[in-house]
Amino acid sequence: MIELDNVAYSYGGAELFSALNLSLAPGSFHFLTGPSGAGKTTLLKLCYGELTATAGQVRLFGADARAMDRNAVAHIRRRIGVVHQDCQFLDHLSVAENIALPLTVSGRTAQPTDVTDLLGWVGLTRQAAQTPPELSGGERQRAALARAVIMSPDVILADEPTGNVDAEMSQRLMALLLELNKMGKTILIATHDLSLIRTAKAQVSARVLRLKDRKLQLAGADL
Amino acid sequence: MDMMRRWLDLLAGDPQADRAVPPTGFTARLTVLSAFAMAFLAVFALALSLATGRLADRWSSELAKTSTLRISAPVGQVDAQRDAALAVLQTTPGVASARALTDDEQRALLAPWFGPDLPIETLPVPQLIEIIEDDAGFDVAGLRARLQAEVPGAVLDDHTRWRAPLVEAASRLRLLGIVSMILIAGATAAMITLAANAALAANAQVIRVMRLVGAQDIYIARAFIRRFTLRALTGAAAGTLAGTLAILLLPRTDVAGGFLTGLGFQGWHWLWPLIIPILAAVVAFAATRHAALRTLKEQS
Ligand SMILES: Nc1ncnc2c1ncn2[C@@H]1O[C@H](COP(=O)(O)OP(=O)(O)OP(=O)(O)O)[C@@H](O)[C@H]1O
Ligand SMILES: [Mg+2]
Repeated sequence: MIELDNVAYSYGGAELFSALNLSLAPGSFHFLTGPSGAGKTTLLKLCYGELTATAGQVRLFGADARAMDRNAVAHIRRRIGVVHQDCQFLDHLSVAENIALPLTVSGRTAQPTDVTDLLGWVGLTRQAAQTPPELSGGERQRAALARAVIMSPDVILADEPTGNVDAEMSQRLMALLLELNKMGKTILIATHDLSLIRTAKAQVSARVLRLKDRKLQLAGADL
Repeated sequence: MDMMRRWLDLLAGDPQADRAVPPTGFTARLTVLSAFAMAFLAVFALALSLATGRLADRWSSELAKTSTLRISAPVGQVDAQRDAALAVLQTTPGVASARALTDDEQRALLAPWFGPDLPIETLPVPQLIEIIEDDAGFDVAGLRARLQAEVPGAVLDDHTRWRAPLVEAASRLRLLGIVSMILIAGATAAMITLAANAALAANAQVIRVMRLVGAQDIYIARAFIRRFTLRALTGAAAGTLAGTLAILLLPRTDVAGGFLTGLGFQGWHWLWPLIIPILAAVVAFAATRHAALRTLKEQS
């Protein structure tokens, strides 16, 4: 689905990471950990075409990301659901409209039931008509997850999806992601939350990757 | 056909896309206002072109076929010289008809300057003879020579002396009207481009989010295009209506020969102003599309 081949990235200055290899097979479940500032968010951005690798090759659904024009990137993004670390909502639209936005911009009409089901699924039925700034941090993250899955994407990339929620809610969100994985979705989650990783490992064969000192390594069984 | 459908699609709109890009009230009002002003001006430029076009046509075609003979003679000799002149004219090849103006007609000609009831009989007013040429026309120099010999008080005026510069001026005015309309269209395009760029810059974050969820450039651009096209159309329609009303309400007097008051539309020419809002919409469509696609390309 997503393959990184010998990839390096730098924001102009020193390289954030280099010679990085990663392959997300269909239906696989990955965690991405590492210290703050290691480049987890940056790595995810490479995976949905927001950034272009400074070296190496990124292949999205088999196509070279570097060779894609903006329209191709737009189409790729409809197949990759992303939960952004900073959510990225349109603050003047309601939560329900924000969740339906990927459908809207791809020219499809959102089925009201789809949006209602999703809102119930992430526990935001009551907040449907509110705007994102009126939500709590955790509610926003749940709304972001709902928006990420509304297109029924093949791949879901989640950047700290449980950063702002309590343990119970993070377990619930994890359960949602596990459910999606059982439906065959490929999942990559960047997180610091070790308990989250443990919960998941108890249920699926998740691989844990660690981004540290400019390298991506498979974490040991000590987790 | 395809073009037509795309246009209708665009104007019918996609309410959800329109909601995704929040309207900027200030830019919107300025755009409508500018479109109004430009359309108002365009109506006058259009009226000027059409009216001067009519004048030029009339002066060059109708007046070209007529000449005037003026006879100045001592009061007692006027009638004799008039008859002599008419006799000469009747035997001149190329003259279709020649007719002496009556006292009443001469009085009417002088009325704008001297007022009504001028005692024209007692004044040394020259006698005028109106000559209408046939298609072949007559030999002006030859006629002048014959008249000089037979009617010493006669002066032939074939109108070219004052007609040519008038036709020239009318044509030039018409050109100025057309140039004005082109300039107005250009200014409208420039203003719409500036407004669209301001709206695009103000919505940079919105555009970013729409892109993150898979929006294509053309989808984002369309939200702006639709908005600015409709604004320009609305403003221009109102401006055209106001301009047309202003022309309709111009005082209508025929005393001054209808030169100034001829600034207006005649017959089916009243349909011409209808193209102004359409043109404004087309200009807005093209300008916004260009601005949006260029900005979106730069922002990525
Ligand atoms: N747009 C940018 N321009 C320049 N430097 C940037 C930019 N974005 C991120 N960085 C730098 O790149 C490094 C990695 O950032 P990134 O957001 O990928 O880290 P992260 O691993 O996601 O951290 P966190 O766990 O805190 O979310 C940081 O040092 C950051 O300062
Ligand atoms: Mg991060």
